[in-house]
Amino acid sequence: MAKALHTHPQAREGDDNSIGSLVDAHGLLTPEAERDAAVSDDQLRELYRMMVICRRLDQEGLNLQRQGELGLWGPYVGHEAAQVGAALAMESTDWIFPYYRDFAMAVCRGIDPGNILTIFRGLTHGAWNPYEYRFAPFIIPVGTQVPHAVGFAVGCKFDHEQTAVLVGFGEGATSTGDWHEAMNFAGVFQAPVVFLCENNQWAISVPVEEQIAGRIVDRAAGYGFPGVRVDGTDVLTVYAVVRAAAQHARQGHGPVLVESVAYRLQAHTTSDDPTRYRTDADLDPWKGSDKDPIERCAERLRQRNAYDDTFAVAVAQEAEERASAMRQTLVAARPPHPESVFDLVFANPPASLMRERDEFTSSLEQGGAE
Amino acid sequence: MRTITYRDALREAIAEEMRRNDRVYIMGEDIAGYGGTYAVTKGLFEEFGEKRVKDTPLAEEIIIGTAIGSAIGGLRPIAELMTMNFSLLASDLIINSAAKFRYMFGGQPSIPMVIRMPGGGGAQRGAQHSQMLESMFAHIPGLKLVMPATPYDAKGMLKSAIRDEDPILFVEHELLYSVKGEVPDEGEEYTVPLNRGIVRREGKDVTLVTFSRMMHICLQAAEELAKEGIEAEVIDLRSIRPIDLDLVLESLRKTNRVVVAEEGWKYYGTGQGIAALIYEHGFDWLDAPIGHVTGKDVPMPYSKSLEQLALPARNDVIAAVKAIVPQPAGAR
Repeated sequence: MAKALHTHPQAREGDDNSIGSLVDAHGLLTPEAERDAAVSDDQLRELYRMMVICRRLDQEGLNLQRQGELGLWGPYVGHEAAQVGAALAMESTDWIFPYYRDFAMAVCRGIDPGNILTIFRGLTHGAWNPYEYRFAPFIIPVGTQVPHAVGFAVGCKFDHEQTAVLVGFGEGATSTGDWHEAMNFAGVFQAPVVFLCENNQWAISVPVEEQIAGRIVDRAAGYGFPGVRVDGTDVLTVYAVVRAAAQHARQGHGPVLVESVAYRLQAHTTSDDPTRYRTDADLDPWKGSDKDPIERCAERLRQRNAYDDTFAVAVAQEAEERASAMRQTLVAARPPHPESVFDLVFANPPASLMRERDEFTSSLEQGGAE
Repeated sequence: MRTITYRDALREAIAEEMRRNDRVYIMGEDIAGYGGTYAVTKGLFEEFGEKRVKDTPLAEEIIIGTAIGSAIGGLRPIAELMTMNFSLLASDLIINSAAKFRYMFGGQPSIPMVIRMPGGGGAQRGAQHSQMLESMFAHIPGLKLVMPATPYDAKGMLKSAIRDEDPILFVEHELLYSVKGEVPDEGEEYTVPLNRGIVRREGKDVTLVTFSRMMHICLQAAEELAKEGIEAEVIDLRSIRPIDLDLVLESLRKTNRVVVAEEGWKYYGTGQGIAALIYEHGFDWLDAPIGHVTGKDVPMPYSKSLEQLALPARNDVIAAVKAIVPQPAGAR
């Protein structure tokens, strides 16, 4: 036993601080790291543009839900920097395994937002082909996308692919067994995964201090790989850190945990009432322009002389058009055909299921299901 | 044909499929250098290396999660769970991910995954390590679940399972691993379908519907019954889900009497499901209520003597048959 302890290799990447050193004590990109990241004005403008579009789409989603066009909406206002920054940091050859709130990531991957909304209208579970966008389906059960992502990344290593896998989850998910088992596996197998914790400090009504003892970011060290805690309202930081983490993973150095700290400004979903468990005073520190991902990005652009009214107006106009197009696509979507209820349970469905389908079909023809 | 053990038959199936398709890999606890807790994977690590024969940390949920994720990525994983009891730890990913992804997400992705695991008792493993939990999984749309009873089927069905596009639970039995049976020579290609039962013994008086290790006990019971003039037909279902109901009903139309025999518990389980299907689709052919032989309705005892009492035995099958089959003329 003693021999095994002595010969066991020490934590490898946990000691590596190359990712962690990109940010300062406030979780912001250091001036040196910002210089090294060399994010161009155009890239920063693109981050700004997608954040503005996605915030407008989020507002439209909320409006549509309130107008009865959606069954449910999970607002992501406050998450724009995390989702847009992380999604655009990944290469198009990389994969993303989102959680249900990662709508902006899906939009950044090029998926038609109106089609995505058909999920929230209750028409389908999945509105895109994951292989076309390298974007896995939204996962509702908390945390189960994390094992999927790690397994997928293990498969990438099997094929010696230079592919990194980004997996998104909230801070509540880090309490689940799935998450811990997946973190351990990723460390042991050096899977090319970037774990992105979108810590918005609320899991429905449970505040983060009741969810987690200690810091999420520190858990990475326990699993033998680097963790970095970033200010999740600064898109440049998220972008540069996730990009570096993905590169780290792609190069075979194993996983990285990125804890992006922001605040859930809206309800968990439209089916919950946050006034029952938090006050306006709780939100106040997060409502200023110094915590607003879009305002902060605009400020960074101004400092670079890369922001003017023409640009801002054009982006806002585009956001309006995208929101309008999303609404039109959504309301034009038709419910699925009744017979499709039996489709796709199996690749080769058993005779019993086919019999059930046939009985159902003939009952439809007789008007039985009207 | 040569005679080999169930264990060796499984190993041959895995090795042949891994040679045939380099997307196939196997992972689990203690399966690589150690060769598996039941020695099923012995030698595979030497032939295929650590990339395709992976030892994993002790964590069933992420073993299945990894299988699912890598299947999404185009691999064909075989996940070995040390016993079926541990599948409980992974049940959320089996039921909520593997079984549903094809359906939920427009046919993409599919999850071509095999979960191999032994269930059942009789080896004094105690209450928590001796369970037959197949009915829990067989209940779920989107899953297939097979329980081969012979080395021939073990090999042929495992090969089919590895080639299948859907997630498959492949339930073995600890007390079957050393059972020997005829299997075609190595390299002589064959597969066994995943949706067909088989008549193991023909008879006209009663149909015994069974599977896994209980099939062997039913065959022994049938031999005993034959001495008393009762000819039992023994149907080995092989696949629990989907179930080959046509084969069962065909036999029922001949015998008009059925006993369902299983190792697991009576209430809300596989046997009751089968009986309900027979009542639903074959009621008019029944001349007697369906008999049901099961394990005792208790957690598996640890003591050897009590465990034997809790497990269904040949005499239980014989008694269940005699309860519904008229005594043959001339019998005492």
